[in-house]
Amino acid sequence: MLSLRRINAVTLKEFAHMSRDRMTFGMIIMIPLVQLLLFGYAINTMVRDIPIGVVDLSGSAAARVITEQVRVSQVVDIVATYNTPDAAEAAIVAGEIRAALIFPENLPQRIASGRTVAQWLVDASDTMVSSALLALRSMPLRLEAGAPPGAYSASTPSFEMALLFNPERRSEVNIVPGLTAVVLTMTMILFTSLALVRERERGNMELLITTPVLPLELMIGKLLPYVLVGCVQVGIILGLGGWIFRIPFAGSFTALAGVTLAFIAASLTLGLLISTLARTQLQAMQMTIFVLLPSILLSGFMFPYDAMPEAAQYIAEAFPATHYIRLVRGVVLRGADAGHMLPDILWLLGFTALLLLVASARFHKRLD
Amino acid sequence: MTDAAIVANGLTRRFGDLVAVNDVDLEIAHGQIYGFLGPNGSGKTTLIRMLCGLLTPSAGTARALDFQLPEQAEPLRRRIGYMTQKFSLFDDLSCKENLNFLARIYGLDNSQRQMRITTLLNQFNLEPLSSRQAGAMSGGQRQRLALAAATLHEPELLFLDEPTSAVDPQNRRDFWETLFDLSEAGTTLLVSTHYMDEAERCHQLAILDNGNLKTQGVPADLMGALKGRVIDVQGDGLRAVRQQLMTSNEVLSAAQQGDRLRVLLKKPVQDIGVFKQWLPGDQTLHCEPAKATLEDVFVETTQADETPC
Repeated sequence: MLSLRRINAVTLKEFAHMSRDRMTFGMIIMIPLVQLLLFGYAINTMVRDIPIGVVDLSGSAAARVITEQVRVSQVVDIVATYNTPDAAEAAIVAGEIRAALIFPENLPQRIASGRTVAQWLVDASDTMVSSALLALRSMPLRLEAGAPPGAYSASTPSFEMALLFNPERRSEVNIVPGLTAVVLTMTMILFTSLALVRERERGNMELLITTPVLPLELMIGKLLPYVLVGCVQVGIILGLGGWIFRIPFAGSFTALAGVTLAFIAASLTLGLLISTLARTQLQAMQMTIFVLLPSILLSGFMFPYDAMPEAAQYIAEAFPATHYIRLVRGVVLRGADAGHMLPDILWLLGFTALLLLVASARFHKRLD
Repeated sequence: MTDAAIVANGLTRRFGDLVAVNDVDLEIAHGQIYGFLGPNGSGKTTLIRMLCGLLTPSAGTARALDFQLPEQAEPLRRRIGYMTQKFSLFDDLSCKENLNFLARIYGLDNSQRQMRITTLLNQFNLEPLSSRQAGAMSGGQRQRLALAAATLHEPELLFLDEPTSAVDPQNRRDFWETLFDLSEAGTTLLVSTHYMDEAERCHQLAILDNGNLKTQGVPADLMGALKGRVIDVQGDGLRAVRQQLMTSNEVLSAAQQGDRLRVLLKKPVQDIGVFKQWLPGDQTLHCEPAKATLEDVFVETTQADETPC
């Protein structure tokens, strides 16, 4: 027989627990708040302001007119001009731009005969971004003179599109390398955030701090096994992903190993910092989720970074996952090497060093 | 090096408004087993934690093995062993894995480590359990493992915080034999306990209550000082007798033990006849002086200021 009084007793007790744990209480309020802001404000599947470059081999007025018409579409943001198509392609590989608009030398003749006016080189690895660019293919052009009637209307293509890195536009090509960032963020931060807290909760810490072990020794020793764990995870995702989903691997293993180790180190130290802040394993887990949500949503894993408002992009830059997603996609899909993406790598290394210092400073071999 | 292994002056520790340890002076000689006797919450653990450098004193100074605390806690750590109140080894590691881990942390090289662990497994009767996970061991076994771990690096000074609280009497006896072996070998031991029989085994004893060090000395001397103040009363109606005695100004405490009433007086009486006058008149009671136990010492020291004379 169910007793309301007993149910009531348990309910009251749960409320008492909840009110004692400020962290849980904070999460009750913060999770819906952050989610609401992220999904409502930051995440946008309408891609605008994609960074592109322009190569004008014709040097003609028509090229400038067309460029301007492309610009006012607001789909793209022209961030650079290049002298040669090769330079533009290198910039795409380096991740500086997502596409390049290339005007051929014979632009005036092409306009006169109503042919396609220019070629887009598009980084097609992100299907959402490439879709937005592909929509420009048949954009109507208003050319003052020279073009035959009916040309460059909405029904005929104005541009040639060359899709790089993912010509079949399969979304898994973009997702699988990005998945490494998500899985590593999840496991690396969680494992290490629990590692120290668990020992504190179980009482092991009281023993450890009476031994001669130094805080930095303890931390490095705790992190090293997880570096191996992270490498195994990346191996599984990219190995199986390559085999099952035919993900191309354009880059070098050394570059992949380098950027991955930098990201693992950053994630581990973030976890370590959490474990010096949390008092219980539950708190560590909650803090991890709190970091995890925005790192996954803002990193560009599911929703294009370029589509986010500027403020959200600044926040995204604070999370290691954002940098790693850029790096791993660059290495795996575009064959970029470390030299191409130095700022992201340096950022990860700096993040690691800073957090390791903060975490060791926060960890005292004292109980007070 | 001074004669004392530990010297503390005016050692105080506050947690917010709570004074956990209040103005404690201590001097503990080398090679002794020194006991802290006190109820839960009396400040034993806090005092031990300050003496091994885990807690910073709010006031006062402490030196252990000639290291100033808490500044020189780090070099001290290599020379002390600490057995925490709560089992603090790793539950999911085997007996041997736990010992190996700590031996490496203390910097023992491979051959030293293997030799030392073999000796300890033998000495603490842990050999048959060497591959069992610590979490699956009994209270007594874990306690032996914890002591083995605390003595791995052959510390000169060993802190044991309520080491036998989860252990049966037989294991406790055996455990104390081991402690005397260590003491004999020159180790200074500081043991906290709330068991009277354990406290009695110490060379020197300090009684703690509410963060204050009430008294210290050799247990036999402390008990001897109560000569003439403990009286055993036997007979009928002891509950009523107790009630009556507790109203008397001469009586500090009266506690029933089976069919006896153990009465602790504020001042010694030479003549048992004097004591009998304080009893209810119509009772036929048998009274005789009794030898003071440590419990009497404990009651005497901790109740002295609660019942004003």
